[in-house]
Amino acid sequence: MPDIVVKTEDVVKEYRMGSNVLRALDGINIEIQRGEYISLMGPSGSGKSTLFNMIGALDRPTEGQVYIDGQNMSNLSQRQIAAFRCHRVGYIFQSYNLLNVRTAHGNVTLPMIFAGIPDKDRNKKAEELLDKVGLGDRMYHLPDELSGGQRQRVAIARALANDPSIILADEPTANLDTVTGREIIDLIKQLNTEDGVTVISATHDLKMLDVSDRIVDIRDGMVERIRNRDEIEIEVGDVGGE
Amino acid sequence: MHQRTSIEEQIDLPFIESLKISFQSLKIRFGRSIITTAGITLGIAFLVSVWTNNEIDLALQESGRSSAITNLDETSDQGISTKDIWLIIMSLIVCVVGIANSMLMAVTERFREIGTMKCLGALDGFVVRLFLLESGFQGFAGALIGALIGTLGAVLLGLKNYGMDLFFYFPLFPASPENGSFQVGVLLLILIGCILGMILAIVGSSFPAWRAAKLPPAEAMRTEV
Repeated sequence: MPDIVVKTEDVVKEYRMGSNVLRALDGINIEIQRGEYISLMGPSGSGKSTLFNMIGALDRPTEGQVYIDGQNMSNLSQRQIAAFRCHRVGYIFQSYNLLNVRTAHGNVTLPMIFAGIPDKDRNKKAEELLDKVGLGDRMYHLPDELSGGQRQRVAIARALANDPSIILADEPTANLDTVTGREIIDLIKQLNTEDGVTVISATHDLKMLDVSDRIVDIRDGMVERIRNRDEIEIEVGDVGGE
Repeated sequence: MHQRTSIEEQIDLPFIESLKISFQSLKIRFGRSIITTAGITLGIAFLVSVWTNNEIDLALQESGRSSAITNLDETSDQGISTKDIWLIIMSLIVCVVGIANSMLMAVTERFREIGTMKCLGALDGFVVRLFLLESGFQGFAGALIGALIGTLGAVLLGLKNYGMDLFFYFPLFPASPENGSFQVGVLLLILIGCILGMILAIVGSSFPAWRAAKLPPAEAMRTEV
């Protein structure tokens, strides 16, 4: 029996825009196994980011259920959801979402402050994490003083602060050049293989498909198909010309 | 990595952590904080100067020493005039709207930050407390400076109108003369100005901060200003 970490049941999300109702997700059913690297693919407006938000408890579905580690997310209290975001999930965003008023180090310590980790321990852990992502020499710089790739590295270090079991990455390479994007993907993949972190990423970066175990194609708010990596490698070769 | 099954409850943070984060935030965006604080300072300075000026006029009229200027004003022979009340109410409105606006803007441009903090595990209450502390401090500092500037302005105008007599009859404390109208006194006015500025700043920022904290993080982060 596979160890299911995320399961969605008929998830529907509607946005109201005046008198119009936009159905961003139209009944999504997926299961994600522990330790998997899964990519949500789809054109912009397909609903992949919306699904990403549902899985990460960043938004509530209009209908349907999301289960994480067997827990129905809609049954959780506000405090439980905050603890869930703090301990279980690490988020990486397209636009980094660092707090500009805090240094790289300050950004990485923030989730540990929320987790109640003592001053000394969290400072040490932040230094280790920033070292791990290759920013040991720029720890006390503000995000404004860092390049896009460096900011995304800070975001990855921050996502790892409380040892999450799931990394959610929403188009982490979309704002980066090819080489930097490649480095970020390698870093995320390394966490997946070495630490066994489940990676769920929304992307339309072909490089990211290459390292995925499975690819979920989303179109018009529905799952179009789910492909394994071996089916994909051929296609990436075709597109990338490698 | 971690195979936890039940989801624990998020803990409350010690007050000192909130205090540290809010002060750091004020320090780093110092320029922006100064502008917001200046909004409060101006509002309170305007209110306190108009009101104090009125108090000075009243006090010196009670003492029988009218200035050339107030003598020309037909309604000012005794007590507080309708025009003066109107002026104070107007300055109060300008002050309330000005402060509420500058606090609202300061919070709205930080919706994304609020959403991000919630992603990292911040409780709604923590976010609100952070803004409460920041705005309370800004409100108090801004209002105190504003009240002092306002008083200084009114005193200078008083000196021009009444000369050194001003200091003999200066309405420092509350007074309630038999035939005249009640005077609040300048000291109490400064205090009123400080408290009003602080309350307006706190209400003006906590309300939008509370609204943003209640939003799901995805929605807060989507908000563009």
